[in-house]
Amino acid sequence: MSEPLTIALSKGRIFKETLPLLAHAGIEPVDDPEKSRKLILDTNRDDVKLVIIRASDVPTYVEYGAADLGVAGKDVLMEHGGEGLYEPLDLKIARCRLMVAGPTDKPEHGRRLKIATKFVNSTRRYYARKGKQVEIIKLYGSMELAPLVGLADYIVDLVDTGNTLKANGLQPLEHIADISSRLVVNKASMKTKHATIKRFIDDIAQAVESRA
Amino acid sequence: MVDTDRWLLPEGIEELLPPEAERLERVRRGLLELFHTWGYRQVIPPFIEYLDSLLTGAGNDLDLETFKLTDQLSGRLMGVRADMTPQVARIDASQLQREEPTRLCYLGTVLRTRPASHGGTRSPMQVGVELYGHAGPESDREVLTLMVETLFKAGLEHVYLDLGHVGIFRGLARHAGLDADTENRLFDALQRKAKPEIAEILAAADLGKTAADALAALADLNGGPQILEEAREVLSGAGEEVKVALDNLRRVAVAVEQRPDVSVHFDLAELRGYHYHTGVVFAAFVPGRGQAIAQGGRYDGIARVFGRARPATGFSADLREVLSLATDDTGPIRGIFAPCADDAVLDAAIAKLRENGERVVQALPGQQGAAADMDCDRQLVEKDGSWKVEGL
Repeated sequence: MSEPLTIALSKGRIFKETLPLLAHAGIEPVDDPEKSRKLILDTNRDDVKLVIIRASDVPTYVEYGAADLGVAGKDVLMEHGGEGLYEPLDLKIARCRLMVAGPTDKPEHGRRLKIATKFVNSTRRYYARKGKQVEIIKLYGSMELAPLVGLADYIVDLVDTGNTLKANGLQPLEHIADISSRLVVNKASMKTKHATIKRFIDDIAQAVESRA
Repeated sequence: MVDTDRWLLPEGIEELLPPEAERLERVRRGLLELFHTWGYRQVIPPFIEYLDSLLTGAGNDLDLETFKLTDQLSGRLMGVRADMTPQVARIDASQLQREEPTRLCYLGTVLRTRPASHGGTRSPMQVGVELYGHAGPESDREVLTLMVETLFKAGLEHVYLDLGHVGIFRGLARHAGLDADTENRLFDALQRKAKPEIAEILAAADLGKTAADALAALADLNGGPQILEEAREVLSGAGEEVKVALDNLRRVAVAVEQRPDVSVHFDLAELRGYHYHTGVVFAAFVPGRGQAIAQGGRYDGIARVFGRARPATGFSADLREVLSLATDDTGPIRGIFAPCADDAVLDAAIAKLRENGERVVQALPGQQGAAADMDCDRQLVEKDGSWKVEGL
């Protein structure tokens, strides 16, 4: 492999679940991001570097070529608008669902619904398709609190086990989309480093296949 | 508004200062000279015109990108150009009205309501050429070569080209009998090479196996020249339109394939400007920049609304963006600093130097700064009653 590759990953679940896939392509990080404070991690290969960034920043880094490749949740891509990227591969990791959740005993009121979420664009699109005009309240975390204190009628959030919802007396109500992580590729890298990138995608595709 | 914010320019609106402004102007002149030697005549379309003619053939995207205002004289809507291509098409169709092939070039600032990407510009300096009146691959070849020459002239050293043909997807979609909605969603997924989504859409569309396989294969048909051979096999059952498109692409690519300073890449799923392009499409990339830095292709029929649909092919680029990626070969600025004196001989000496193209800066009485502060590397000194140029 001659051309250097930079791969953008986010800490936590995505990083942990991506590691075995990378290992299959012969790439192993030298440092552990949970212990190291370094943002650029060296790997066992001189020509591959990992950059560790926030999940929601992955599409931006890859779109502008700061990284050639990245791993991003479909939720992040739906929110970012994926036109500037290629997303050739479903890695089938970090799976969950994007859902509408709320109290079960909520009586219908005639007013416009208030929805608390950090997925503003996906929420607007979902309700627009249903033909409903809603008021969206952008929050950055602890969505479950919003219906409890009367800030919103419902929330739109990622649901994995549903335990956090249950603990706060909320129920998943409507399914919006199945979420899993995708391999994203910078458009220019795909053309300027084609052989290297294509081989990488094929290796990772094989790894996903063999785990299925 | 806080006082300190007053000097801020609107987002995506830039100005150029020396030496960048001078560099751009020099390259601009160089490009017009290049187009001249290729037989392209320059047009200068208006900065603003009626919206109807400005939005010709380019569809909804351009409408959203165009700043609009109402003409107080006619009451009609006017738009500030967001793209000069439709203007040049209008000029060819309604002003020139020639039957012969027409070669035109243009260069100017356009204005867009939204930047093409986050943090991008809203006032690119668009440069481009159009060739009207010929439908064969020979004219595409000429325009593609000229695009490459333009990028080199502007200072780029290596260009990665991406070639495709919208007739391939269009032919496959027609052959498979896709409805407009499915075609649009498939187009969107193809632009992202989102293979899982492509598979879903095709499964839902309930197509024949050959048709579905051919459409699904598109996302993987990218790479070096061997891709065209591969496509010929994979898409062999896809009808005449696709075959013609592949041949066409092959014949256009010949123009640039052998050049050592150009890398050619084919991507049959890349459908830039799908809604108005009709044939070969191409774009230029440089490493590290996610978006194309120059793009073009064939768009026959753009001038149909002006009553004269002519075959057309062309390219355009944002000159400022190209310059930001090119090597700056401008040397340090040079000049001669002249003293301030009531002396006819001095005046004559300065006039002579300027006539010879030298940059002469004359001191002003009581001014701050010496020769070096005025970007000069030499000075004019009096010796034995005459004025001589000396180093500092």
